Amino acid sequence: MSILIDKNTKLICQGFTGKQGTFHSEQTLAYGTQLVGGVTPGRSGQTHLELPVFDTVQEAVGETGATASVIYVPPFFAADAILEAVDAGMELIVCITEGIPVLHMMRVKAAMAETDALLVGPNCPGVITPGECKIGIMPGHIHQPGKIGIVSRSGTLTYEAVHQTTLQGLGQSTCVGIGGDPIHGMNFIDVISRFQDDEQTEGIIMVGEIGGSEEEEAAEYIKQHVSKPVVGYITGRTAPPGKRMGHAGAIVTGGKGTAEGKVAALQDAGVEVVDSPADLGEAMIKHF
Amino acid sequence: MNIHEYQAKQLFRQYAVPVPEGDYATSSETARQVAESLPADGWVIKAQVHAGARGKAGGVKFAKTLDEVAEHTEQLLGTRLVTIQTTAEGLPVESVMVENLNPIKDEFYLSLLVDRETEKLMFIASAAGGMDIEAVAAETPEKIINQAVHPAAGLQGFQCRNVAKALGLQGAQAKQLAQVMRGMYQLFLEKDASQIEINPLVETENGDIIALDAKINFDDNAVPAHPDILEMRDQGQEDEKECKAQLYDLNYVTLDGEIGCMVNGAGLAMATMDLVKFKGGSPANFLDVGGGTNAEKVAEAFKLILSDGQVKAVLVNIFGGIVQCNLIAEGILAAVKEIDLTVPVVVRLEGTNAEQGLALLDQSGLGLATAENLNEAAEKVVALAGEQA
Repeated sequence: MSILIDKNTKLICQGFTGKQGTFHSEQTLAYGTQLVGGVTPGRSGQTHLELPVFDTVQEAVGETGATASVIYVPPFFAADAILEAVDAGMELIVCITEGIPVLHMMRVKAAMAETDALLVGPNCPGVITPGECKIGIMPGHIHQPGKIGIVSRSGTLTYEAVHQTTLQGLGQSTCVGIGGDPIHGMNFIDVISRFQDDEQTEGIIMVGEIGGSEEEEAAEYIKQHVSKPVVGYITGRTAPPGKRMGHAGAIVTGGKGTAEGKVAALQDAGVEVVDSPADLGEAMIKHF
Repeated sequence: MNIHEYQAKQLFRQYAVPVPEGDYATSSETARQVAESLPADGWVIKAQVHAGARGKAGGVKFAKTLDEVAEHTEQLLGTRLVTIQTTAEGLPVESVMVENLNPIKDEFYLSLLVDRETEKLMFIASAAGGMDIEAVAAETPEKIINQAVHPAAGLQGFQCRNVAKALGLQGAQAKQLAQVMRGMYQLFLEKDASQIEINPLVETENGDIIALDAKINFDDNAVPAHPDILEMRDQGQEDEKECKAQLYDLNYVTLDGEIGCMVNGAGLAMATMDLVKFKGGSPANFLDVGGGTNAEKVAEAFKLILSDGQVKAVLVNIFGGIVQCNLIAEGILAAVKEIDLTVPVVVRLEGTNAEQGLALLDQSGLGLATAENLNEAAEKVVALAGEQA
C-alpha cells in the first residue's frame, strides 16, 4: 500500500481550463491518474481534455464521486478554492498555487480545524504514488514504484531524492511535497506518521529547509515513534538571516529556524543527515 | 516589502496608534521648518533607512536649537548609513524624520507577527524595551509575554489587559495600550502586514503611551492588492540586482562570495549555495530561475550574475523535470554567445534530456565545463574560481 493516494483515487482539477491546469492535467492523464473532470466557474456543461467541466466542486463531486482535488487557481482565489473543496467533502486537497498571502492561509487553516479534510501545500509539487497516481506538477517519468517514502518542503530537491532512489533501485512508495509556505497543510509529522504505518514504505527521506520549527518537531516525533530508517537533508545553511530565500517560508528570523538547529535536532533523533543532496540515495541504500 | 519609519508612522496615525509629533524632510531647510512647527524644547533627527540599529550607527541625532536641527540634517543627508543590520556599503540616507523630544518615563517592546507554530497573529511584548528583543528572548525569556489572537474571534479585551499587566501598566495607560494594540491588529489585517514592531513603545512623563519607533514589513504576496502600500516602496533602499531580477521574474538574493549560482527551484538553489560553501568556495548569490524556466530567462539570469564584478566562476545547476535540459543548454549557449564571457562556467544538467543537453554544451567549443553529479560540479567550480584568484 501507499499513503494518501493509489490507483483508485478519483481526482478533479480546480482551475481546469487555465494554462497551468490544462498543461498539468494532460500530464496527469498521460500518467494514468483517474482524473474525472474539472471545475471552472461559468463553464458547466462544456468538455475539456474530453472530460466534463463543472461550475462548482459540489456539482463535480455529485457527478463524478471524486474524493481528491488539485488546485491551480491564481493566488488571490486559492483560499476560496481550498475552502470550496473542503465544503464539498473532499478528503484530499492538493494546492499547487504559489504566492498565496499568508493571512489567507491563516483563515483557511482556522476554518479547516473543524474538518477531517487533508490539505497538501500550497506552493508545492503535489503527491505521487509511482505507477498508480500522480497529483501535481512533478515529472512522472523519474519515479519508480518502490519502498522509500519521500517528504519535502522543496520541489526540485524532491526530484533529486526521487532520481537517486530510482537509480539505486529502491524506488518510491509515495512522495509528498508539503510546500514552501510558512502556513500550509500537512506537515512533516502528518506524513512521516503515515509512512511509519505504511507496509510498502521501508525507509523515509525527509528534505527540510530553514525557517519555522517543523523539522525540530518532526525530529522529536521520529525519536519517539519511528522505527524505519530515516535519512535527512536540510538546505539553507549559507542563507543570510532575515532574507527570504525564494520560498516565502524559507527565512531565519530572530535566530530561529536555522539549518544548524534542525540538523542537530535530527541527528539527536538518530537521523542520518547528509551534507549534500547528491548523497541521499547512497545514504539510504546502506540500510538495505 | 519594507517601508520607512516615517511611512510606518503615517499608517499608525491612520489607525489611531499615537506617535510623536513630527514629519520627514529631504533638506535641511524643510527639517528646520518641521522643527519650528513643533512645540518642543528639543528635537530628534533620525536617518530614514530600511534597517534597524540606527542609533548606535550614528543615524539618530539630538538638537537643542533650530540651527542644530539643520546642521544634523545636512550631515546625515546624502551619506550612507552602515548599521549591524546592513551590508558594509550601508544604505543611502535620502530623508530624515524630525520629531519633538518626549521625556520618557518607561520603555517597552511590542510587536505583532504571524506565528507559524500556532498559525495565528501573535503579540509579543516585553518590559525590557529599547533593547534587542532577540537578546532578551535568549537571556531572560520570562520577561517576554505572548498573546496569540484567534482569527475568528479577533483581538479580545482580556488579551490587551494581559499585556498591560505584564508591562506593569494600569488605569489610563492600560487603556492607551489597548488602543495601540487594536490599531496594530486592524492595520495588520487590512494592509496584509507580515510584522509590525514598536521598539520602544514608551510611557512619557505626561503619562502618554506612544510609539517612539515604528517598523512595518508587508507580505510580498499580498502587496499587489494594496496600491497605497506599493506606492511607499523605496527601491533606493533595495539591492539593485535584486530589483532587476524581479523585472524578469527571477528570485535573486545578493551574497558576498565569488561563485555565481544559477539554479531552478528555491530548495535546490539553497542546496547549491550550501554545497559550494561545503566544498570550500563562497556563493555570490541565491538565484532561482523557477521550476518552469526557459532559454530567455536563463540568458537574463546569466547577465545578472555576471554584472557582479566579484564573480570568478559560475555554476549552473538544473534538474530538468517538466523543463527539458536540451532547451536549457540552448539558452546557455545563446547567452554565452551574446555576452562576452570572461569567467569559467560549470554546468550540471540532470533529468529530462540531460544527455542531449550536455552533448550540446560539450560540442559547442565554448569551453564550458560540464558535470552530471552535483558534488562533482561544486568541486569543479570551486577549483576553477581558485585558479582565477
